[in-house]
Amino acid sequence: MSKLEARGEGYEAEHVHSVYEEIASHFSSTRYKPWPIVERFLKELPDGAVGADVGCGNGKYLTVNPRVFIVASDRSTNLVKIARQHQPHVAVVADNLSLPHPLYCFDFAISIAVIHHLSTSARRVEAVRAVLDLLRRPSGDVGDSESRALIYVWALEQKDSRRGWDEGHEQDVMVPWVIKGGQKAKRVKGQRKRKSEAEHQDSEEQTLAEQLQSKTYMRYYHLYRKGELRHDIEEAGGVVIDSGYEKDNWWAIASPKRDTGPIGS
Amino acid sequence: MKLLTLNFLTCAIKTCKTSPSSFPLHPQDAELEIVESDVNMAFLRNILPRLMWEELRGITRELGLPELPETAPAAEDLGEPSQVAKDLHRLLLETSIREGKLVCGNCGHEYAVKEGIANFLLPGHLV
Ligand SMILES: [Zn+2]
Repeated sequence: MSKLEARGEGYEAEHVHSVYEEIASHFSSTRYKPWPIVERFLKELPDGAVGADVGCGNGKYLTVNPRVFIVASDRSTNLVKIARQHQPHVAVVADNLSLPHPLYCFDFAISIAVIHHLSTSARRVEAVRAVLDLLRRPSGDVGDSESRALIYVWALEQKDSRRGWDEGHEQDVMVPWVIKGGQKAKRVKGQRKRKSEAEHQDSEEQTLAEQLQSKTYMRYYHLYRKGELRHDIEEAGGVVIDSGYEKDNWWAIASPKRDTGPIGS
Repeated sequence: MKLLTLNFLTCAIKTCKTSPSSFPLHPQDAELEIVESDVNMAFLRNILPRLMWEELRGITRELGLPELPETAPAAEDLGEPSQVAKDLHRLLLETSIREGKLVCGNCGHEYAVKEGIANFLLPGHLV
């Protein structure tokens, strides 16, 4: 990665946001299986809970529990177009550092594979704080359950994955997303449907000429090392209730600290 | 965008959030559409206590929709389903803003709604 390029908002616009906007339909066709920890978190919510999915992507977590109501958001309009099809939930276009929700208005929040796309430590902590700010503060009444957020980020420690990163590796990396020639051509024609299994096979067996037309998009990631997610959550004024490692990712369930907000109370 | 969404939306500008006039956002030049869906009684009952009724009344008035009663219905008014429930379902989950804008009552910033999608991305100088 070029050291000359200053990280921050403009950097993310080029190396994260515009990439997802471009690869939206192809990305979505590969993202439909919910991760087990996220699925469990959503299924354990009480019926009627209202929450936010910050950085919802194609909305794959909106199908997990139809008895809760989720207000989803993503920075990519093309991904929101796909996410909003999942009833009864809704999806809007928004930046995760400038979310359009009243403070403390949700029972739960998830932000899955999102915060690792922010390119400075301060912005990652701010993104965690933005998620915690969504959560309802407990009234103190008996039986009033704690509102919780589930955050999921890519791990540095993933020596079993084909990418081979592990402890000691550079944490700020560029990761390729390849759209093969045939698929790219279809996307340009405006087709957004999920590819059938057969089509997928076809694209594996494409000719050399088609492969030459493949397009590679590079996305920025900050790979979290062990303990770093907890650090960011605490820095943002949260407490970690549960946490762990699942298949190349660190996850944590967090609540706002008891003494944080509402302002003036 | 379903009208129910407005119950959970405010201005994306941080300094507006602590100002009561930033909630709810005000629809303007709104082109409404009805997107029909099945009445989900469990969902309606669950969402009922979360509704900011007074603000919702204001929004329906601004949109020129039929006046809502002064107080929110109680769970037992929803029946299986009653007309009250059907009306609420139509208003919150079927009535949608297709085109138009949502305006912050505090700073006046306008957020566009296009093809049913509200966009809250801010221009650089407001972030
Ligand atoms: Zn405002």
